[in-house]
Amino acid sequence: MKRWLTRHETYVALVIIVFSAIITFINPGFFTLENLFDLLRSYSFMGIFAVGVLLVLISGGIDISFTAIATVAAYAMTVVSIRYGGNIFTAFLIASVIGIFLGMINAVVIYFFNIPSIITTIATLNIYYGILTVLSGGKWIYALPTWFREFSDIKVFTLTNAEGIEYGLSLVTVIWFVIVAIAWVILRYTLLGRGIYAMGGNLASARRTGFNIVLLQMFVYSFMGLMAGIGGVIQVLLVQTMAPNSMVGKELDVIAAVVLGGASLAGGAGTLLGTLLGVALIAIMNNGMTMMRIPSFWYNVVIGLTIILSVSFSAYRRRRRERRAIAVEVE
Amino acid sequence: MAETFLSMRNISKRYVGVQALNAVDFEIQKGEIHCLVGENGSGKSTLIKIISGAVQPDDGAHIEIGGERFRDYQAIDSIRKGIEVIYQDLSLFPNLTVAENIALSRIIAEGNRFIDWKNVQSIAESTMGRIGVKIPLDEPVGDISIADQQLVAICRALTRDVKLVIMDEPTASLARKEVEALFAVVKDLQAKGIATLFVSHKLDEVLQIAERVSILRDGRKLGTFPSRELDDEKLTLLMTGKRVEHTKYVAEEQKDVLLAVKVLSKRGNFKDISFELHPGEILGITGLLGSGRTELALSLFGANPADSGEILIEGRRVGIGSVQDAIRLGIGYVPEDRLLQGLIMEQSVGKNLIITIVRKLLTKLRLIDQDKTQDAISKWVKDLSIQIPSVDSPVQTLSGGNQQRLVLAKWMATKPSILILDGPTVGIDVAAKSAIHDIIRDLAKQGIGIIIISDEVPEVLHNCNRIIVMHKGRFIAEFDAAQATEDEIQHCISMAG
Repeated sequence: MKRWLTRHETYVALVIIVFSAIITFINPGFFTLENLFDLLRSYSFMGIFAVGVLLVLISGGIDISFTAIATVAAYAMTVVSIRYGGNIFTAFLIASVIGIFLGMINAVVIYFFNIPSIITTIATLNIYYGILTVLSGGKWIYALPTWFREFSDIKVFTLTNAEGIEYGLSLVTVIWFVIVAIAWVILRYTLLGRGIYAMGGNLASARRTGFNIVLLQMFVYSFMGLMAGIGGVIQVLLVQTMAPNSMVGKELDVIAAVVLGGASLAGGAGTLLGTLLGVALIAIMNNGMTMMRIPSFWYNVVIGLTIILSVSFSAYRRRRRERRAIAVEVE
Repeated sequence: MAETFLSMRNISKRYVGVQALNAVDFEIQKGEIHCLVGENGSGKSTLIKIISGAVQPDDGAHIEIGGERFRDYQAIDSIRKGIEVIYQDLSLFPNLTVAENIALSRIIAEGNRFIDWKNVQSIAESTMGRIGVKIPLDEPVGDISIADQQLVAICRALTRDVKLVIMDEPTASLARKEVEALFAVVKDLQAKGIATLFVSHKLDEVLQIAERVSILRDGRKLGTFPSRELDDEKLTLLMTGKRVEHTKYVAEEQKDVLLAVKVLSKRGNFKDISFELHPGEILGITGLLGSGRTELALSLFGANPADSGEILIEGRRVGIGSVQDAIRLGIGYVPEDRLLQGLIMEQSVGKNLIITIVRKLLTKLRLIDQDKTQDAISKWVKDLSIQIPSVDSPVQTLSGGNQQRLVLAKWMATKPSILILDGPTVGIDVAAKSAIHDIIRDLAKQGIGIIIISDEVPEVLHNCNRIIVMHKGRFIAEFDAAQATEDEIQHCISMAG
């Protein structure tokens, strides 16, 4: 059998094509370059979070706390930028450092106290977000520096539509794709990346084979923290407001996107292509339902059903493969 | 003559309360095939751990490898000297490809930070070429057979300059044909000057492959013998200290039919299966792995219902569509992999015992009656002489033999009239094996009809009164155990394959 036919990604891509066709049939405005660029811009922060989540899932863990990390990092970045000035690089730097630090705390707790990652990160989600709420009083910040506001409008190239409005590929989207490319190289071409897969596949063997598990664990959660920091800044760029309650609560949407893309909660499996497709599927469903004028309450129902269908489908394919493997040749 | 590769003298290891090893001397020649045998708890695994440097012996030990004397022998020394251990669980990564599994440890050892996939392919190809095996390189290891996984583990060991390969129970989950293939590989390694240390429970295999056999009992070495001076009986006597007698099981002549199966078929599993089982009879079903024997057993137990055919219990036609149906009809099933399917490892012995009969232990309010529960537990622990510190200890702390007894007890508690045992003694040592065989015979004498499924011909020959050979989903021959010989049955199995 052809290799691509056995891959999960192929089926996600098929579903995306079918969905897009239906939506375009109802509203031709969906299938335009303008809408595509817009989606790529508005889902870039979710896409960046998803890359971090993918690595954690491959390693056999899970991180629920990344939205809180993103909020804390973005808030600190906003406050510092307003009070002391700076530029877009210092903004990303501050958020990244805070993100990595908070991610590392997760790793330390998980590894040294031997607490399951889901419990640890549920706890740290509450701690990080709780401390932020206490310190900030939950205040929204609108008065963002001009250099910050302007950055979100930078486009790599621009086109003009029929009504004379300019649109184009946002720099924010490019940041997302660069991150995907870096993660791809790490996962595919470095011993570190293969160690993450190995650890998720069989932890005891990974230890015996000579992988440094502490280091791998540290890297995975710090990387998740870094993605949270960068994604958090981009979210603020997109909405032009620092709203402390805008991200926490969305973590399951991101994890759902990664799982839809074929990553396994049991660890050891998952690809960047799948993750991109998973995010795309969530984005298209959300955007498409708006374009088809379906009330937004239905969105959650559809997402839930899609997850169940996707996971059952892969379980079904696995069962069939196993059954084939044990089938007796009867004469 | 032969050169000594590894020499260990006066090896002792004391853990709190246990003398695991007591002044053991042990030697392996260059390119030798050496077997290490002993019952569970005899110190085999401690000795292996000391050889691999994972555990350090107590003071006074003398270790010399490849002509070099070691005072403080660590894991890194064993790796440098070319010693590789293939653990029973194989330590593979099911999610990675065959090629990556083979090449990964060498890449780590070489300290490369980046992966060159061409290099991965060529390492895998060349090591496979060295022992003449062919497994698809891009297949995830989790999707290939256990036998192929074994070969992948061996290939991985060979990616470095290895002098001694230690295999811990390598044949435990292999069928006869695959064992032969593995032995061919071991012989091939020997031709290249690589020694193999084999740890196994299967004595016939030990005698077939080994040049020398070392026997451990209670932490002491009883000696090292050339394998031609040993036979099955002598080896058993040395290992256990008692003579295990093989007597054949003779069932009383019975006219009643307990279970009758008529032209039972399931697509892709088995076809046209017909047989009868009498009370007090032990029926053996043997055949190669993948002959459909386990699928048939699961069918009778409702876990894999058949497509067509009839099942009659005590003359009454029954439908077995689920495990619940089978239990209600008095059918018990002890799975091949007792660890995976039979027991809840973290739970206590007591809780595991009553899991099948919990419905009978309820009070009027449908809660579990603690007094009744305790009574049931102590009865079965006593009846099957399970040795446990307490009924509250978790199952995973028990030895393999006791775990197997526990699985038996669990099903005996349902008072079955038919008991199906799939590989009842896989992976347990000689003494525990014969204890379990005794229990099985006792159960049969009480009038239970028993079906044993096993690929060990001696096991079915000595414990069953009738033996059926299965091949490609069909019954191809039936033997009367009283008259059949081991060779006859073995011949029948291998001719078919």
